[in-house]
Amino acid sequence: MEVLPSMWPEDIGNEARKQFNMEQPGADRDMLEDVTIKEETSVVDFKRLLELTNYSEKGSSQLTYLVKHWEYRHTNAVRLLNEELNILSKQRQEVELKKLEILEEHRFEDDKHAGSKRPVSILEEACDVWGRVPRKRSDVVAHNRKLDIDAEYDTATYWKLRALQVEKMLEETIKREDALMQKLQENIKNLETQTSPVEELSQILKRADNFLHFILQTAPVVIGHQDKELRYRFIYNHFPRLEEEDIIGKTDEEIFSGAGVKEIQDFKREVLERGSPAKREITFDTPLFGSKTFLIYVEPVFSKAGETIGVNYMGMDVSDQVARRERMAKLREEIAVQKAKETELNKTIHITEETMRAKQMLATMSHEIRSPLTGVVGMAEILATTKLDKEQRQLLDVMLSSGDLVLQLINDILDLSKVESGAMKLEDTKFRPREVVRHVLQTAAASLKKELTLEGHVADDVPVEVIGDVLRIRQILTNLISNAIKFTHEGKVGINLHAVSEQCPGCRERRKQGLTAALQSTRLAKENSSETQSYIDRESSHCSTCQKDLHQNSTEKHHLTNEDTEKHNQQYEKIVWVLCEVYDTGIGIPEKALPSLFKKYMQASADHARKYGGTGLGLAICKQLVELMGGNLTVTSKEHCGSIFTFVLPCEVPSKRELSDDHDENEAISDCDIAADSSRDEINGSFIFKPLTRGTLFSSDGSMVHETKLFGSSMLDALHISNGLLESGSFSSNDCASRKRASFDTVSAISDAKKTQAEPKGPAQQSLGNDANDIGRINRRDEGCQDSRNGFVMHKFDSSIMDSSRTQKITDLQQGKMASSDRANMAESSKSLQTCQSPTHEKEDNCISDSSFKILLVEDNKINVMVAQSMMKQLGHRIDVVNNGLEAIHAVQRSHYDLIFMDVCMPLMDGMQATRLIRSFEENGYWDASVTNGDDHAMTCSDTLIHASNAGQCRKRIPIIAMTANSLAESAADCLANGMDSFVSKPVTFQNLKQCLMQYVPC
Amino acid sequence: MLGLGAARLEADMNRLMALLFHQFIWKEKMEKLAHPSTRWLMWDSAQGVLDEQFMQLQQLQDESSPNFVSEVISIYFRESEKLLKNVRSLLSALHLIRTFVANWRVMFLSHRADRECTDYRKIGIHLNQLMGSSSSVGAKRVRTVCLAFRAASEHRSWSGCLRSLEVLEHEYCYLKTKLHELFQMEQQRVMAAGARHHPLLS
Repeated sequence: MEVLPSMWPEDIGNEARKQFNMEQPGADRDMLEDVTIKEETSVVDFKRLLELTNYSEKGSSQLTYLVKHWEYRHTNAVRLLNEELNILSKQRQEVELKKLEILEEHRFEDDKHAGSKRPVSILEEACDVWGRVPRKRSDVVAHNRKLDIDAEYDTATYWKLRALQVEKMLEETIKREDALMQKLQENIKNLETQTSPVEELSQILKRADNFLHFILQTAPVVIGHQDKELRYRFIYNHFPRLEEEDIIGKTDEEIFSGAGVKEIQDFKREVLERGSPAKREITFDTPLFGSKTFLIYVEPVFSKAGETIGVNYMGMDVSDQVARRERMAKLREEIAVQKAKETELNKTIHITEETMRAKQMLATMSHEIRSPLTGVVGMAEILATTKLDKEQRQLLDVMLSSGDLVLQLINDILDLSKVESGAMKLEDTKFRPREVVRHVLQTAAASLKKELTLEGHVADDVPVEVIGDVLRIRQILTNLISNAIKFTHEGKVGINLHAVSEQCPGCRERRKQGLTAALQSTRLAKENSSETQSYIDRESSHCSTCQKDLHQNSTEKHHLTNEDTEKHNQQYEKIVWVLCEVYDTGIGIPEKALPSLFKKYMQASADHARKYGGTGLGLAICKQLVELMGGNLTVTSKEHCGSIFTFVLPCEVPSKRELSDDHDENEAISDCDIAADSSRDEINGSFIFKPLTRGTLFSSDGSMVHETKLFGSSMLDALHISNGLLESGSFSSNDCASRKRASFDTVSAISDAKKTQAEPKGPAQQSLGNDANDIGRINRRDEGCQDSRNGFVMHKFDSSIMDSSRTQKITDLQQGKMASSDRANMAESSKSLQTCQSPTHEKEDNCISDSSFKILLVEDNKINVMVAQSMMKQLGHRIDVVNNGLEAIHAVQRSHYDLIFMDVCMPLMDGMQATRLIRSFEENGYWDASVTNGDDHAMTCSDTLIHASNAGQCRKRIPIIAMTANSLAESAADCLANGMDSFVSKPVTFQNLKQCLMQYVPC
Repeated sequence: MLGLGAARLEADMNRLMALLFHQFIWKEKMEKLAHPSTRWLMWDSAQGVLDEQFMQLQQLQDESSPNFVSEVISIYFRESEKLLKNVRSLLSALHLIRTFVANWRVMFLSHRADRECTDYRKIGIHLNQLMGSSSSVGAKRVRTVCLAFRAASEHRSWSGCLRSLEVLEHEYCYLKTKLHELFQMEQQRVMAAGARHHPLLS
């Protein structure tokens, strides 16, 4: 038997009622008691409400729901009661059945033996009907106990007693049943009388209304209902400004005016049309309630037929929220802006810091790496000049080249980062493309270790001089050439230069920019100009060998240069695009490697990198530099055939005016030099450096580096020496050669070669006329020898075949020139020293002061000169003054002196050296070759020629008195060791001088 | 009246000369200026600005060259100014080299070191010049400072050079103003003396 459900539903319909929480007991009522409900705030069109409840779907559904609920509750109650009733009747039936059974049992009790059937008591636990009525149960238990105690089981009495008891129980049950039936009847009656649905409903509604009022009374909301024409039928307004009659039956537009009214009207209409609820925020600005923002919720109301018959709307004042939100938005915006600014700033700061750091890094790198490295390389170079065996030399060579490589690498990286960071400034200078090409090739040839032909061709249409950053252009060319040489194993490598007509309007701008940039970095420019200066110096001295033959046709040349300048005039400040090709017959570049060719640290392939080495920076730098100059660098290549790197550069052609200016600036280059240079270039637009079969000469000589370095100067020296030969024509060539050897022992190989050259023509030196011819020959052959030493023959460099008359002419010319320049020098010095007498004056006075004691003062300090002069004057001597050792020697060469006061520290040539040379002349009778090593070799040559006649007179030892300032470099011992006779310490006092003079001046 | 002026001027000159030869008041100033490394110069702060060589110059002045001393001194100042200017510019160039990236020669190896070396050597040469002329005119203290300066340049100490230059310039200016003063007095004295002995005025 199953557990029976509860007898009476105490919380019947609990779940179903949950949605009507407001109906919940007690506390709510108490709350409501405190609340006074303002009925008047709610404005209701009751008729409409009725209509609504009758016609609108929502209203009717609500009503039906309420009714249904009520019905459900009651049917439920009825059902439960019926169930209970059923159960009870069932129990009664059972009990009756039992009773019958028992009776039957008892009827056959006598016949049968004690009950085989186990009696089932209804009072047993399993079918405890009265579980909920413990009172009665205890009674039953009592009965049971009684039953157990009183009678013996299965006896007649027992059964009698039992029957009686059961009968009693039955009676009780019937009684209770009756009572229940009565109660049921009562309940039913109660139900019928007490509850009518309408009453309950209206109560519920009332309560809901109250609750709504309670909730809404302070809420800033407006609730309303409008009909199809949007006329108000109901409104609940927290801010009642208008009377009920002002609102009901009117539309929004009729009630108030201002901004937002139209909008809300339209919104409602839209909702009405679309038939779906919507929310919107509308800002009103009406005279009625000022500026306010409402959040409006509008939902359509449908009739039972599904037509819209009006709208419900609810508005909430959200002005504060909106204002806050707007403020927040503004703030957020500001924050965003702030943040953006901040990030921008941070970025800028970061960039600046990066730049600073990069700059710092650059500076540090250059300083920290380069200076020790230069130290290492420099020391190694010095070491290379010392005596080394073959193995040591080889090691040293490796060391030097490695050092060079590292330095090169650092420079490359620095260059690249400079270009990339925009720190690279171009420095415009005038330069000659032909010279640049030649020089680049020459440099490349000097370090060439392969059998390659290097050629260069500069077309005629390339101007003689252009303006550009010559150092950078050279860097590009050198880079490309060395690259080409690196990847070429046989054949040739070369440079082609020609002008192209390509002209773009932007290029000029760019060049101008470059120019101004260069102007800004004046310091750089300064540095640069000094560099170029020295470069030009070297160039000009280098070319002075070829000057001779060029002078011959000087008239022709002048004509040419005139033409040139005319051309320049026409092209006044014109931009010329110079196309430069660097070609080779090397391994070429595979097509797939072309795109990455100009990238940093990229090489055609890893194999190449391994095989050929290098950092892969060279081409990147070249490209960047070319682009910086406003040109572009391209490459065409065929694998195994070669490559051509082509770049076009815009170059400004200097005007004639600038040209002449330049001459003034670069005093080092005399006018004729330029004419010679340019005309030579005009003729020689092509250069070829051919490989020679390398003989023993090449392998035998010691350091390559040295060779190449001394190359220019040794050629020059050769000339000087030959001049020297010419001057003092009375000694044998053997002597000459040995002297040469002594003075150039670093280039012993060269002098060896010269010796062999010089020896056979000893007898030829008898006559001057022949001499000159020979000198030319020497020069030429020396050169040849020199070049072959480097492994190349330089063609078209110099053709120094000249006849004696020409040489004579040149010598005369040079003499004149030098003499004049010398005179100018002297004039200058005499100008600055008013009281000082220059040797040139002295020469004129010679006849007057011939008899007196002649004193020469060699001193560079004007004050000292003045003081000494004044003192000498007081002592009754006139003195000649020269400013340095070299001048002193010239003065000694020029005339005779009885006493020399020699300062020790002097520019150009110091006192020690001058003394040594003078002493050596006194001993040997000729001037040491190195005397003429200075800038004015021609002068000495002419002077000595003049002087040669009274050479014997010179042999007498001139007393030389040193003037020392007691510094370390000029100790008395040194002075004496260098051939000085005595010394006076500076400052010279009257007393000292007098004493000193006493020793030497015969009184 | 004028004669009295001349006498007073002469007395003033002598006082100034004495000051220049035996200088003491300068000591405190020197102490302030001197860096520990140049403090050894202090020992001669008690020295005179001039020494007997200046007397030599004065002795050389006679009727044949009445303005010899002032001529020499003016040339000395002219030359020294040039030298100082050179030294200053060299030092600033050195400073640039020290701090600036000296990179634009791919081909020249030891450019920077060379440059630095030659610059210091140039400074040394200039200082030698200055020292020579200073000792000739008897500018004792200028010479001493030059000596220190030259030592600094030999050691290639840029900061040492800078400090020495500072001291040198101070020293030089002092000498210049004082000698200028002296010559002005001398001139006035001569004028006064000339006036006294002038036949028209006497």
